[in-house]
Amino acid sequence: MIMQKWTRSGDFLRFCCKSLTYLRSKENNSVYSSVSGFVHGYESKSKLFEPNDGNHNIELQHRCSGRNLGMQQQYRCFGSSSASKIQRNPLFSSLDAKDISYFKEILGEKNVIEDEERLETANTDWMHKYKGSSKLMLLPKNTEEVSQILQYCDSRRLAVVPQGGNTGLVGGSVPVFDEVIVNVGLMNKVLAFDEVSGVLVCEAGCILENLATFLKPKGFIMPLDLGAKGSCHIGGNVSTNAGGLRLIRYGSLHGTVLGLEAVTANGNVLDMLGTLRKDNTGYDLKHLFIGSEGSLGIVTKVSILTQPKLSSVNLAFLACKDYLCCQKLLVEAKRNLGEILSAFEFLDNNSMDLVLNNLVGVRNPVSSSENFYILIETTGSDETYGREKLEAFLLKAFEKGLVSDGVIAQDINQASSFWHIREGITEALQKAGAFYKYDLSLPVEEIYNIVNDLRGRLGDLANVMGYGHLGDGNLHLNISVKDYNDELLGLIEPYIYEWTSKHRGSISAEHGLGVMKANEIFYSKSPETVALMVSIKKLLDPKGILNPYKVLPRSLISDDH
Amino acid sequence: MKILVAVKRVVDYAVKIRVKPDKTGVDTQNVKMSMNPFCEIALEEALRIKEAGFAKEVIAVSIGPSQCVDTLRTGLAMGADRGIHVEANSSFLPLTIAKILKSLAEVENPGLIFLGKQAIDDDCNQTGQMVAALLGWPQATFASKVVLDKDKNVATVDREVDGGLETLSVDLPAVITTDLRLNQPRYATLPNIMKAKSKPIKKMTVQDLKVDIKSDIEILEVTEPPKRKSGVIVSSVDELIDKLKNEAHVV
Ligand SMILES: Cc1cc2nc3c(=O)[nH]c(=O)nc-3n(C[C@H](O)[C@H](O)[C@H](O)COP(=O)(O)OP(=O)(O)OC[C@H]3O[C@@H](n4cnc5c(N)ncnc54)[C@H](O)[C@@H]3O)c2cc1C
Repeated sequence: MIMQKWTRSGDFLRFCCKSLTYLRSKENNSVYSSVSGFVHGYESKSKLFEPNDGNHNIELQHRCSGRNLGMQQQYRCFGSSSASKIQRNPLFSSLDAKDISYFKEILGEKNVIEDEERLETANTDWMHKYKGSSKLMLLPKNTEEVSQILQYCDSRRLAVVPQGGNTGLVGGSVPVFDEVIVNVGLMNKVLAFDEVSGVLVCEAGCILENLATFLKPKGFIMPLDLGAKGSCHIGGNVSTNAGGLRLIRYGSLHGTVLGLEAVTANGNVLDMLGTLRKDNTGYDLKHLFIGSEGSLGIVTKVSILTQPKLSSVNLAFLACKDYLCCQKLLVEAKRNLGEILSAFEFLDNNSMDLVLNNLVGVRNPVSSSENFYILIETTGSDETYGREKLEAFLLKAFEKGLVSDGVIAQDINQASSFWHIREGITEALQKAGAFYKYDLSLPVEEIYNIVNDLRGRLGDLANVMGYGHLGDGNLHLNISVKDYNDELLGLIEPYIYEWTSKHRGSISAEHGLGVMKANEIFYSKSPETVALMVSIKKLLDPKGILNPYKVLPRSLISDDH
Repeated sequence: MKILVAVKRVVDYAVKIRVKPDKTGVDTQNVKMSMNPFCEIALEEALRIKEAGFAKEVIAVSIGPSQCVDTLRTGLAMGADRGIHVEANSSFLPLTIAKILKSLAEVENPGLIFLGKQAIDDDCNQTGQMVAALLGWPQATFASKVVLDKDKNVATVDREVDGGLETLSVDLPAVITTDLRLNQPRYATLPNIMKAKSKPIKKMTVQDLKVDIKSDIEILEVTEPPKRKSGVIVSSVDELIDKLKNEAHVV
């Protein structure tokens, strides 16, 4: 049910874009920075986004004054004055008619998209928070075409955004200015599946859910699962190193992706499409493309280790009175359910209320509301063993008072409705209005402190919600507001980043940096590390055409140009 | 008053059914099995009647292989007071099940028997009607609303029929079969799962109940419905008309 909605998000986006445009014109342009949220961290008095009209500069004031909690030093690295600019790199060319006819020649008319409505969708991100002004989307059908596109763009110095299902949550998948969108959605074939090893080889544009459907009758599952499965591509998942619901059991894509094929900026095709679990021959370069968000190359094929589908899946939805109980429950679950534990997710009561109020047909599985809710899923090969083990574990937790109430799904339908609550939070947020989204890795014992601190800081100004993959120490911190508002944003950022950095967390657990956090990387990475990243970027993409303005601090990338 | 509820263990509603290669039936090996959704609704209704003070005891009955005990445990965790498992290793058709339920009714003397209107595996929609006929009790099938009048000893039942709703009044004891919109079944909570562990499940055999299980019906073959051909997108009205004329032969 929920999936149909994701897959139809295109329609939804189109609708939202209209309202966005409406707002913009109504408020005389000056609203862009606040409506989009695009310019978080900057003052709103800036000259505004006037895309593609010859004046490509957006001058934005850097809110440097707010960033003084020990972070100043790092910020000096990339901004000498208090003003920082996002501007279109003037070295990039602009499209001309010759470009278009070249692309039509190599791709065919039909796969060179200039249609306004389709571009509107492709220019706007899933949250309708980031919006570019690209005039061109290319839909290659194979690696060769991707290579030709990039080789041409590199020679012409045309900037490119690789795009998958466009479900990314950090503005990485849409252009910032007029970059050419390269979407690999037509590359959606399964190339091979080995029923003995479980290794699946497919093109990057395969939709995650379609791969799951392909595997199901063969008795296998994908090693990752996430709420956006109906739209996101495996290539997008790899490029963002997506985590999701099964990470606690099957590990990250750095472990499950066995190989990939990628095309670098100059059109070079790197065949690293191995299917071996073990291969220590030199540097394992595929890892550079896992999680680099399209900044080093376009992923065109993926080889991934799938898992046997085990027949016994059980799911409990539990209520806990405080965060300490959630934590203790996690420790106990890892100890006592270890071999069958396949998900440990949490949401707070604010998230639950949001879902109940914004999604139709949802009911709270437990009778009275509590401060926290936990989902525990077990997966094993023996129905009776799995169920009895989970029941015994939960009854003990109940007797100890770790769990104040709870239900166990008795059939798949009940299980889906429990999952729908957890997976539906992002959709509910979107329905509720504007929201600021943070994706943090923190030590488990700290996870809820930041939510409480932020709640104290914002008071009645916003609804602060915490949920996420507790088993992996990953908090999704969301702030739901009536309208995007720079003053409020000033209270949120850099506060959250500083807090996270102080507790040695990561400011991006699984969503990536994109355009939203490119400049914030120092909160989680040392200057030396970032410097090496910049060298790698310059080596693989000397002209900087791939996904510019994203992932790495803009000043470090554009310095030399 | 006691209420007897029949609960059937079936292939989970969300699982894609696969026919066995030898066409003798549906594959249930390594397949998720759950309580038939209509039976869940039947049990929920019985529990609500008990909670409203109209009944003293709810008894869940399941007929089939040993794993039916899991289905009964679900029923007990929802709130049934006790379970009866009639062990049977071959799968029975509705008439045999109805005969077993009739014998059980004669032992337990319930004031009401609730069943789902049909089981989602064979979709027979016969058992409730047969039980009522064998017992000579009134029946109200496809119930979407049930109201009991304790003093008059009648049940008023709204039933969903093709033309809309029909309201019946039946004297108790009676047989009621439940439709989808009657209620939304509760979940099995931890405290109730815990309580269910100490609730009794009585095992019985067909012989105990003296039911003749010989059936006049023989299943020759089970096959999948023919696959629907995928559609095509036509590019013009002319093409559509051409296809309707020359391929489908309908105009
Ligand atoms: C409802 C919802 C739930 C989500 N849940 C989770 C979750 O649980 N865990 C999680 O980690 N994420 C989650 N996400 C975000 C997640 O990052 C994306 O869903 C997904 O991994 C991105 O895939 P995509 O195909 O949509 O990529 P896009 O959004 O199109 O792109 C994402 C980034 O990857 C790059 N990219 C895409 N395809 C390629 C390619 N072929 N080659 C090179 N670069 C490419 C883009 O340039 C961009 O930088 C969720 C998103 C939504 C909307």
